[in-house]
Amino acid sequence: MTDINLTIEDKKFPHSDRIIAHLELHIPSGEFVCLIGPSGCGKSTLLNLIAGLDKNYQGSITFGTPQQDCRIGYVFQNPRLLPWRTVRENIELVLPLHTPAHTVDELLASMKLTAVQETYPQRLSLGMSRRVALVRAFAINPDILLMDEPFVSLDAPTARKIRKQLITLWDQQQHTVLFVTHDLREAITLADRLIFLSNSPMTIVRDIKITIPRTQRFDDSQIETFRQQLLSEYPDLGPLL
Amino acid sequence: MTSTVNPQRTRYLAGLSLFVFILLWHGIASWLATPVLPEPIKVAEVLWSEIYHGDLLHHLGMTLFRLTTSFIIAMILGSALGILLGRTPTIDHFFDNWLIIFLNIPALVTIILCYVWFGLSEVAAILAVVVNKLPNVIVTLREGAKSLDKDLLEMAQSYRLTRKKILTQVIWPQLHPYFMAAARSGIALTWKIVLVVELLGRSDGMGFQLHLFFQLFDVASILAYTIAFITVIQIIEISLLKPLDRYGRRWQR
Repeated sequence: MTDINLTIEDKKFPHSDRIIAHLELHIPSGEFVCLIGPSGCGKSTLLNLIAGLDKNYQGSITFGTPQQDCRIGYVFQNPRLLPWRTVRENIELVLPLHTPAHTVDELLASMKLTAVQETYPQRLSLGMSRRVALVRAFAINPDILLMDEPFVSLDAPTARKIRKQLITLWDQQQHTVLFVTHDLREAITLADRLIFLSNSPMTIVRDIKITIPRTQRFDDSQIETFRQQLLSEYPDLGPLL
Repeated sequence: MTSTVNPQRTRYLAGLSLFVFILLWHGIASWLATPVLPEPIKVAEVLWSEIYHGDLLHHLGMTLFRLTTSFIIAMILGSALGILLGRTPTIDHFFDNWLIIFLNIPALVTIILCYVWFGLSEVAAILAVVVNKLPNVIVTLREGAKSLDKDLLEMAQSYRLTRKKILTQVIWPQLHPYFMAAARSGIALTWKIVLVVELLGRSDGMGFQLHLFFQLFDVASILAYTIAFITVIQIIEISLLKPLDRYGRRWQR
């Protein structure tokens, strides 16, 4: 667990316009934050900057714990499993040496993956692969969990099931989570706080706390009411969705 | 068009085609009745007596020794250099011309130069084979290293995998098909070059023997040696390279 402080003055790719401009964000330790914005606005780029995959920007990103000790779990938009390793090997790959086997066993069981643990990823459905990617991120017990539209292109019941499993796991470990989505209902269901982002150059438009108690998050009418209220209160959010 | 191939049928067909080939050979040889095309049975007799009373095994052994040594050196060195070039564009641009030069030097020229510069020694012989094979391996592995999956590399980086893990579990499995392609085409190329190397500057091995038989116009022995060698290479292919290839692809659907 750790908090995140980020200030990004400027981020550009070669041969393109500014992607991110004047973005300042503080995320307290253990908070679940959803980033919402139009597709292509630079949300994935932001996650890559936080993960340290891209160091080419102006600004600073600091964590509460020293950078090198900070464990980051990253669930990408596509599962990014090694096709030549079994499900279990894919998870064990990212673990530190001498991690007890039951850690993996329990996570696999909680995502209902025990039966396929010796299977190669190409033989799994997309939904299963996404769950494996989730287990992989949780297995390292991350301080920060980055998730980039992890449930996109899943059918609604599956996505709903995995969302519940995600919240159950997060309840146990309380990582700091940054979750990118453009599904407002999903965001309201999961997050403590919503950050609305503008089209590129990306910057923060609104920062909204979600007041629905955690116990009522899977009640669709509550989510819908909150969504309607939000959209009528801030009509400028409509075009960002 | 092609329906599912029955493996038993394929085996039967392969056997039949080999039989037809030998029958044809026998027919032509007995019709021509000339010492420069001996009948298959004559060649088989020579092969038998060369194995049990002659030096065939010694010469075959020497050739195989040179083949494996130069093959292993070329594969290891070529893979390392290929990966290096594939991953670092600056070095790649610098050495690209060198590679093209080395790819186009005729095998005979490198062999002669190696013997002239380093003497008629075992080291010069193996070096000549390595120099011939190396550019080929480098180019193949370089293509592999250039087409590595960036998504998986990013995954490895964000999860802070050690360099060793990245190399053995993320990069190497992607290069395996390229490595196998280089190995299989390599073994065919290498043994042909080894024979020329032996012919020009060694006093044992297949190439040396073939040269000797050529001077004696002993076609039966030439064919006997050829058959022995093809058999050995086929055994290497079936018992080593094919299983390795299958193992590397076990995860594929």
